[in-house]
Amino acid sequence: MRVVPARAKEFLTTVQNNSLLHQIIDRRLAGKNKSIGNRERFLRRYRDQIRDAVRKAVGERGIQNIEEGADITLPRRDVSEPVFGHAPGGNRETVHPGNSEYVKGDRIPKPSGGAAGSGGQGASQDGSGEDDFVFRITRDEFMNYFFDDLALPRLSRTQLLADAPEWKSRRAGFVSQGNPTSLHVVRSMRVALGRRIAMGGDARVELRRLEAHLVELMLLAHTPPTEIAALKHDIEALQQRLKRVPFLDPFDLRYRNRIREPLPTSKAAMFCLMDVSGSMDEARKDLAKRFFILLYMFLTRHYKQTDVIFIRHHTQAAEVSEDEFFHATESGGTVVSSALTLMHEIVKERYLGSDWNIYGAQASDGDNWQQDSSKCRQLLDAKLLPLCRYFAYVQVADEDQNLWEEYTRLRDGNAHFAMQKICTPAQIFPVFRDLFKKGVPA
Amino acid sequence: MSAVQKRLDEPLASGQQLSGASDWTFDLIETYFDAIQRTAKRYQLDTYPVQLELITAEQMLDAYASVGMPVNYRHWSFGKQFIASEKNYRRGHMGLAYEIVINSDPCIAYLMEENTLPMQALVIAHACFGHNSFFKGNYLFRMWTDASSIVDYLVYAKAYIAECEERHGLEAVEEVLDCCHALMHYGVDRYRRPQKLSLAAEEIRRKDREAYSQQQINDLWRTLPKAAGKQAKKENRRFPEEPQENLLYFIEKNAPLLEPWQREIVRIVRKVAQYFYPQRQTQVMNEGWATFWHYTLLNTMYDDGLLTDGFMMEFLSSHTNVVFQPPVTHRGYSGINPYALGFAMFTDLRRICEHPTDEDRAWFPDIAGSDWRATLDYAMRHFKDESFIGQYLSPHLMRELRLFSISDDAASKELEVAAIHDDVGYRRVREALARQYDLNWREPNIQVWNVNLRGDRALTLRHTRHNDRPLDNSAEEVVKHVARLWGFRVRLESVDSSEQVLQHWEVSPAPQPAHG
Repeated sequence: MRVVPARAKEFLTTVQNNSLLHQIIDRRLAGKNKSIGNRERFLRRYRDQIRDAVRKAVGERGIQNIEEGADITLPRRDVSEPVFGHAPGGNRETVHPGNSEYVKGDRIPKPSGGAAGSGGQGASQDGSGEDDFVFRITRDEFMNYFFDDLALPRLSRTQLLADAPEWKSRRAGFVSQGNPTSLHVVRSMRVALGRRIAMGGDARVELRRLEAHLVELMLLAHTPPTEIAALKHDIEALQQRLKRVPFLDPFDLRYRNRIREPLPTSKAAMFCLMDVSGSMDEARKDLAKRFFILLYMFLTRHYKQTDVIFIRHHTQAAEVSEDEFFHATESGGTVVSSALTLMHEIVKERYLGSDWNIYGAQASDGDNWQQDSSKCRQLLDAKLLPLCRYFAYVQVADEDQNLWEEYTRLRDGNAHFAMQKICTPAQIFPVFRDLFKKGVPA
Repeated sequence: MSAVQKRLDEPLASGQQLSGASDWTFDLIETYFDAIQRTAKRYQLDTYPVQLELITAEQMLDAYASVGMPVNYRHWSFGKQFIASEKNYRRGHMGLAYEIVINSDPCIAYLMEENTLPMQALVIAHACFGHNSFFKGNYLFRMWTDASSIVDYLVYAKAYIAECEERHGLEAVEEVLDCCHALMHYGVDRYRRPQKLSLAAEEIRRKDREAYSQQQINDLWRTLPKAAGKQAKKENRRFPEEPQENLLYFIEKNAPLLEPWQREIVRIVRKVAQYFYPQRQTQVMNEGWATFWHYTLLNTMYDDGLLTDGFMMEFLSSHTNVVFQPPVTHRGYSGINPYALGFAMFTDLRRICEHPTDEDRAWFPDIAGSDWRATLDYAMRHFKDESFIGQYLSPHLMRELRLFSISDDAASKELEVAAIHDDVGYRRVREALARQYDLNWREPNIQVWNVNLRGDRALTLRHTRHNDRPLDNSAEEVVKHVARLWGFRVRLESVDSSEQVLQHWEVSPAPQPAHG
């Protein structure tokens, strides 16, 4: 009996046939996750149901644990594999162990559920019976389903980034050095053929001349045998020399060459503008924060090269850190235009130039100071919208406020301006999807 | 060879106690394997060579998902299985089986990394000597499966199905596999021995087969008019001439519209079903035999002074869990535990041979007092669950297990105790229990009844009721699968003994836009 690593198994099979030796194979390192392919097929088959379940799960979650895995429940009949089987009915006789009281001929009322007494094979092996099929998907899978087919609208990829470029590799001719997998056989043989012709050229010409000469000499009767012998010797030497030209030389080998090219990538800046004024009560703030958390997770997962700028405002606007944005509790009156002005300043200062894709997302209850609302519209119309790829406004209250009315006028003239209302947590995700659906008209 | 042979024949000097450590090492496994092998040799257990594979719990889950085989083709249902067992395992609802053993030559047995040394020894005795000798000896396995080629065949199947997925798309392949899986239990030959499987031959023969079978099918569905004389004769030809029980075989050979690659997939599923057919018929015997031998081998080793007391305590506690049979009134009762019944029967058989009572002599005149080793070997080789129970379940054991039979007639409001473990009841209980393990009794009897050759090509399946038991509702879904494979209308009728149709389902296949 021998202990062999898994790799060495193939070499042993021949030995093993000869003698009846047993062997132990250590497979522990031989790779797990054999079932990945099968699991994928399962998830693919039930993709739609899983996606629905994920969306439903998010609506019910708090801010803190929005980004977790989830239990997915599929109705058992959807995942069942039908086979022919017997229905209850007819006569059947089953044998059971552990009789303690019965004698032949006893009559027992049928149990209502029909469970305990009948059908020896009743309970299923996986202990699940008729329940729904419940399983867990990981955090990553969860978020993938969640953000499935969402994208930043109108994103343009034009810039070559110096600091963290994206690469794409492509073929670029042939080279004489490389690894065996990229060996190009036809090229190599072509080079070898050329080399063989070149290296043997002189010798072959000489060989042909000598052979012709030999034929001539042989035809003449008086040629001295020594001359013929010398000639034959020369011919043989030449043939030997030609034979020594190698068929394939390491020098001939050609490999496919691949080079990496930097790809144009997108640089984007997302401005998150949140109203924290006094009129924003806890519920509204919660809605707004949830919306921004979704946005933030979406951006960080899908767009590595994205700056996110957090601005919150009451009567004054301030740029804050992510942590402050989501957790601080400062409050005050409302001047929405302060946030837009600040955003404009930051853009001018840091993100000016055609290589930035600028996005804005604003959340407010729309309860703004009357004159300020029209100022907001003008600000957006004249200064911000021309700079932005896309600007989304979310109102976290139902009633039409003056800001909503002003913005409605804006929507008609600008395709890259979108607005929606969110009144309950359940609406957050549909609205979010709607705003960032792939292929939103540019 | 001879040196090895010689060394194995020598009995171990007793008193040479093996390590009682709880953690295993490769050396210790080797030592234990060696000792168990010697002990097994004394009992003349005939086995295939063994290949032990050490795997992790994750790998065990993988193995679970592909019905215990080291390779298998890809299908979502295996993924479902994997997801379900992974979840149960992670939450601690389910312990993993300690071992999986594969009926192949060499016999592959998985040992799990997490097991303690006594558990590994138990698994070695159970799988490598118990199951292994059963696979090698039992007539069903000898007749129906070819241990030397199953792994090769699955390698072929996996590659072929992967190739089909690439060529025809995941969905198309998945659909065919779904349909075939629904009919898997109706894809076995019950009475004819299948040909041997082999990777190389299979690959070579496949192309011939595709061409040939297509030709056959074309012939069957010939629409060209024939000479007038022959026509009349063939007009009322019945097809199939006799009812066919192997639905998948019938479909593979006769379905009019299947593409060659689809026929090949039907064939693959059919072959795999055939391979598992003996296992489904010998669950009690197979597990009972393996349990009996791990118990006997390890006890013999203990008697020889090879095993420590601690080892035996751990072994016995696992063994007791395995053979626990809750009574019918117990909350956890879910039918008869095949390990318990099988182990009890083999143990009882040994008792009848060694210490027969007068009752045993009356019931089993040929074996009472005979050599137990030979009797058990004979029983293992020549029976399946149904016949094994019918032959060897003794009154003594029926009393011990307190077996009783309940008759459930749909027409009556009450269950009736048909027989119990007493003189008048022994035979009836034994018959009823044996029948319970008869696949023909457990699964509805459904056969290909007729094909409308001259008309709309409709296929009729017939379910012949036994004891008036009807089909359940999933029949409709299965008939849909059949229609998908057949390509034309499919009708399933359930008839009673007077050939009166009591239930029927009819499905026309959805028109297929993509290909015809």
